[in-house]
Amino acid sequence: MTAQPLAVPLRRGGGIARPARRPWTFYVLATAFALYVLGLYGPMVCIYILSFQDIRGGLVFPMKGLSLHWFVDLFTQARTGDVKGSFDRSIRLAVVVTVITVVVSFMAGLAFRRRFPGDTAVFYLMIGSLVAPGLVLGIGVGLGFTFLGLEASWYTSALGAQLSWTLPFGVLVMFAVMSRFNTAWDEAARDLGATPWQTIRLVMIPILAPGLVAVALFGFTLSYDEFARSLQTAGPLNTLPLEIWSMTLNVTSPSLYALGTVTTVLSFLIIGASLGAIVLLQRRRARRRPAG
Amino acid sequence: MTRKRGDIELAGVGMSYDGVTMAVEGINLKIPDGAYCCFLGPSGCGKTTILRMVAGHEHPTQGEILIGGENVVGLPPVERRTAMMFQSYALFPHLSVRDNIAFALRVRGMPKAERLARADAMMEKVRLTELADRLPAQLSGGQQQRVALARAAITEPRVLLLDEPLSALDEQLRVQMRQELRRMQRELGITFIHVTHTQLEAIALADLVVVMEKGRIRQAGPAREVYAAPRDRGVAEFLGGQNVLSGRVLTVNGTKAVFGGQEVRGIEIPLRPGLRLSAGDAIDVAVRRDDVELMRPEDGPPGPGVASVASRVLAVEYQGYFVKVMLDLGGQDGFTAYVPERRYFSNPFNVGDVVLATWDVDRAHLLA
Repeated sequence: MTAQPLAVPLRRGGGIARPARRPWTFYVLATAFALYVLGLYGPMVCIYILSFQDIRGGLVFPMKGLSLHWFVDLFTQARTGDVKGSFDRSIRLAVVVTVITVVVSFMAGLAFRRRFPGDTAVFYLMIGSLVAPGLVLGIGVGLGFTFLGLEASWYTSALGAQLSWTLPFGVLVMFAVMSRFNTAWDEAARDLGATPWQTIRLVMIPILAPGLVAVALFGFTLSYDEFARSLQTAGPLNTLPLEIWSMTLNVTSPSLYALGTVTTVLSFLIIGASLGAIVLLQRRRARRRPAG
Repeated sequence: MTRKRGDIELAGVGMSYDGVTMAVEGINLKIPDGAYCCFLGPSGCGKTTILRMVAGHEHPTQGEILIGGENVVGLPPVERRTAMMFQSYALFPHLSVRDNIAFALRVRGMPKAERLARADAMMEKVRLTELADRLPAQLSGGQQQRVALARAAITEPRVLLLDEPLSALDEQLRVQMRQELRRMQRELGITFIHVTHTQLEAIALADLVVVMEKGRIRQAGPAREVYAAPRDRGVAEFLGGQNVLSGRVLTVNGTKAVFGGQEVRGIEIPLRPGLRLSAGDAIDVAVRRDDVELMRPEDGPPGPGVASVASRVLAVEYQGYFVKVMLDLGGQDGFTAYVPERRYFSNPFNVGDVVLATWDVDRAHLLA
């Protein structure tokens, strides 16, 4: 009725009723799916496994020994490139992008609840930057900085170029989230004496929290692995994806694989933390459910 | 100083959403303090707009709204001391029943212990104590309504505004919650304004029924007056329970007039003192369905002071304590007699029977 349950993004499906006898199509499709999964994850899993070789390790199977040598190598050897520094920059950049994306998307979501002059134009401008090819957009931003005599760097030009990508995404997600927000809720808050700020803090943000986490997750992951838009805008210091790319050109040791393992683990940790936060929010909401 | 006075006056109120068409226009109305007032009308008639203007969620483009004698136009809801119960309640889904009810006190900066104590007292009053820790999604429709009522009442408003409060409930619960609303209103002793499109709801609850159509007030008065003496055809047809006959005045004779139309001829009607009618005027006449008595032609002509119309039975519907007999007469709403069940079955009619519909001349009611 009134209170619709809020969306849990990426929720896994429930049980599926199992028919007594499966038709032959099931086996065909299951095989196709298994091959697809193998093709998708197989190479990645090989890289993760190969990153745990010892000092004799090479770039192909068979495994030579078992150690964390290449992980240590990754963070200590200068010849493999500035992994630690670029990792640091990427995380910082992603955090800044995330914060800006969440704040601006939320405000845009509020603004677009009502019509305003030029709203359609603003919307299409936003979509425009979403469909523009990233590489072209990056080159444009880079050239713009050169033209203005500004030095391109990861925290100015690259930040801007990434926001051109994360903001429209964030706003679109926010639209979907906002469409489930009943306007009677903020009217009720106002009726009960809440100031606009109290309405946002006590009603809107708590109700929209799972959606805001989803926007944050989008912003973070889009920024963290952004390549095309950063290529011409990052300036003299690389972000992690740029660093990995340059390493693939000149590093021929399993430290490259170790880097892949580390970044994957980190991505999973971030996604896990975000989903955990959403689940926690839902739990807290349902916490008071009586035991019976 | 009467600080809690909740009498409302709407003076020449008009409102337009787009600056072109008026959603409501020329609204003049006085609602006494502590009255239960129902705004009744079809959807889109402007009744909710008026409610929202009194609440402070919309602003009139014309006229004044006075609560307790002061003009409240431009004031936020809190300063008006009004509270609104929204259609489908708008309970905050992330807050427990207790926190929903305490919300208004929380935004006023009341310390936690105090506001929870006040919320507990309010929950006691509306019998929600055992549900205090539930979330709105875990409540039934009736329970949600009680929470919404408690949440609005905790601000101690002088006017409570209810937007279609019963429409989200099923039939049985609706009748039950109707009584609960009336009980709450008596206990709180404040003015209630209730918007509904259900005639029965309005006349069952209200001290003052305001019938609206197309952005204007058609009639405002006590429930019985509006039901028994509708001002015009629109009100009579919307409230139901009336048969409306149209025709022209044939002769005027002191306190009585005779009129006839396409289907009826020579019907006598009473004239209110001071009302001037002359032969040839087009008029509408209402006769309550439960005032109509059905006779058979072979029973002989009706006596003096009784009007009668000959017709044919079109359909018969059993309604429990009465039987609805529809006749081949009248306009779009037809002509219907409500015959008490026992009397009907002592001499039942068949579809197609020729009958005389009769009523005391004094019971007919001239519409404007």
